[in-house]
Amino acid sequence: MSTTTVAHHDDHAEHPTGIMRWLTTTNHKDIGTMYLTFSLIMFFVGGAMILGIRAELFQPGLQLVNPEFYNQLIGVHALIMIFAALMPAATGFANWMIPLQIGAPDMALPRLNNWGFWLLPPSAILLTLPFTLALFGIGDGALATGWTFYPPLSVQGGIGVDFAIFAVHLLGVSSVLGSINIIVTLFNMRAPGMTLMKMPLFAWGWLITAFLLVATIPVLAGAVTMLLTDRHFGTHFFDAAGGGDPVMFQHLFWFFGHPEVYILLLPVWGFIPQILETFSRKPMYGYKAQVYSFIAIGVLAMVVWAHHFFTSGMPVPALLYFMYSTMAISLPLAVMFFCWIKTMWKGSMSFETPMLFTVGWIILFGIGGLTGLVLADVAADAQYHNSYFVVAHFHYTLFAGGIMGIMAGVYYWLPKMTGHMYNEKLGKVHFWLTAISFNFTFIPQFFLGLAGMPRRIPDYALQFAEFNMISSIAAFVMGLSQLIFVYNIVTCVKGGKKATDQVWEGAKGLEWTLPSPPPYHSFTEQPTVK
Amino acid sequence: MAKINDSETLSPKQQLDLKNKRLVRKLLWMLLGSLLFAFALVPIYDVLCEMTGLNGKTKNSASVLAEAKVDNSRWVTVQFTTSVMPGLGWNFYPKQSSIKMHPGQIETVTFIAKNTTNQVVVGRAIPSITPGIAAANLKKIECFCFVNQALKPGEEKEMPLRFFVSPKLPVDVSDMTLSYAFFPSVDEGK
Repeated sequence: MSTTTVAHHDDHAEHPTGIMRWLTTTNHKDIGTMYLTFSLIMFFVGGAMILGIRAELFQPGLQLVNPEFYNQLIGVHALIMIFAALMPAATGFANWMIPLQIGAPDMALPRLNNWGFWLLPPSAILLTLPFTLALFGIGDGALATGWTFYPPLSVQGGIGVDFAIFAVHLLGVSSVLGSINIIVTLFNMRAPGMTLMKMPLFAWGWLITAFLLVATIPVLAGAVTMLLTDRHFGTHFFDAAGGGDPVMFQHLFWFFGHPEVYILLLPVWGFIPQILETFSRKPMYGYKAQVYSFIAIGVLAMVVWAHHFFTSGMPVPALLYFMYSTMAISLPLAVMFFCWIKTMWKGSMSFETPMLFTVGWIILFGIGGLTGLVLADVAADAQYHNSYFVVAHFHYTLFAGGIMGIMAGVYYWLPKMTGHMYNEKLGKVHFWLTAISFNFTFIPQFFLGLAGMPRRIPDYALQFAEFNMISSIAAFVMGLSQLIFVYNIVTCVKGGKKATDQVWEGAKGLEWTLPSPPPYHSFTEQPTVK
Repeated sequence: MAKINDSETLSPKQQLDLKNKRLVRKLLWMLLGSLLFAFALVPIYDVLCEMTGLNGKTKNSASVLAEAKVDNSRWVTVQFTTSVMPGLGWNFYPKQSSIKMHPGQIETVTFIAKNTTNQVVVGRAIPSITPGIAAANLKKIECFCFVNQALKPGEEKEMPLRFFVSPKLPVDVSDMTLSYAFFPSVDEGK
């Protein structure tokens, strides 16, 4: 009886068309699509900024941009890539896939969901508006402190800092709303029979991410609020002359900042094993071990923050504690690497684009993880801190480990979302161009860092010229090859070979039982999981 | 018009709504908790710094000389370094770059500050000690850094510091650096 009522309701469900459909939608698929589209656009905005940086670094000396503008590009590039590209992409997948994967008709709080998305475009505008204002002679441009807002520089900075603070507030509200929605959906909306330990791994990754966001985003919001009152309302939280301490900001910021790293990666760690089991045609190895690893990493993420500023001064026992606890994170990660490899082991593997991205991801993310262990070593960090070694390390974890993982997810789920197959040949070209140019961009940066080139400086000594030239050329190849990605997505949305319901031969899970594309309201009859 | 079978079919949905609302409320409390925690970290950080000498912070008030047993068996070298923050038109330097002393022994050292501007300027010295573990063991009896210092145009002033190193200083610390940064005063009324 309940099914007929719901179906009846569906027939009469009228939603507005045109722009109003997107402004007022409470449908999880529409909102997911908006998140993913926004993320793709901002990926190119952030990418264009960093190509400006790489163009400047192509040769030693100052050619294209002045140092102030260079600093602004660096900080805004990071904020955009983290908050407006990577996080919305993960949230977009969560909106699209979590209800389908757990057999729910929609997210638990659909109207909140809509609001969560529509806070993002204004915050992206806030972040980048000072660039435009500076053209009209208002202010001196965007945030120029790097994305970390360290005082005293950020207390002295121009209006760009204020814009960035408010942007961070909005972004924080948006991601906290998204997190609350996801937690409630996962706890209350699962299909009958789907216990927590039967939940797809992607849902588990997001559950931990959502809790980390609820726990740490308010700390960031608090820290930037203190910065704001220091700037304008005469407080001295971070001003040593008034009894404050600039180093305290580093503690507050990284108390958020380190969990943020795992916030970006946990959703990816969630769906990577699902892609592996699909293209290995073999059940996932070590589901429980991976869930427990997620939880362990979620807990450890909260207690290791100070390894980001070993050189700011700390007593030796604190240094040792943060070094050992940071290194301890590699243990649950090693468990996960083992599970990924074991899932592929003796599987009947095929290498469609999602699988190519996934296997490449495992190798490149591995490099990112291992170089992180080097940086966690207090003695070594004294040399590598704030060098290009750090830049290369976190791009291996966040571009390879984050964005290339997201790309694997896009190719994996795109046929399900659009109902069409993408162009496999172009997908493979996109993968190889991205993977090769990525390595040519960042491997030289490891060497540059080891040789002592500091980050965030627009000029460098002559001995660094060759590696920087290689890195810049590769960065442009990498940037341009992302146009293939967009072309492939656009053509796939418009048409192409019809995708089957299951799409991939080895795909398992509730989302593959629905038609491709899924109907506007999925699961008119809630599935039961045995 | 609500029919009976409607309420029957709606009731699980209403139950779900209620369940969702309860969970949202819990999560909002958690959110508020983390926000309060963020602001609570400020006093926690200060207390922690004072207790452990984290970040080289010292107690910014006079220490009493309890049992100043001079430990003649070892020497400690205390080095002095100074800096003047932007916005303060002063010269500021220590009269002696370092001093070698026994733990427990009381010494007086002098710093010299000169106002190079043509107006009265009020400054405040902020100390910091390296290594952090030594911070709690450097005891000041009298210091120019306890209060704001005002200098008339062109005035030069000797600023004394009377201090001792506690005999409780860990044995493996034989050198420490005391740094003073002079800031423009932010609370000139005091």
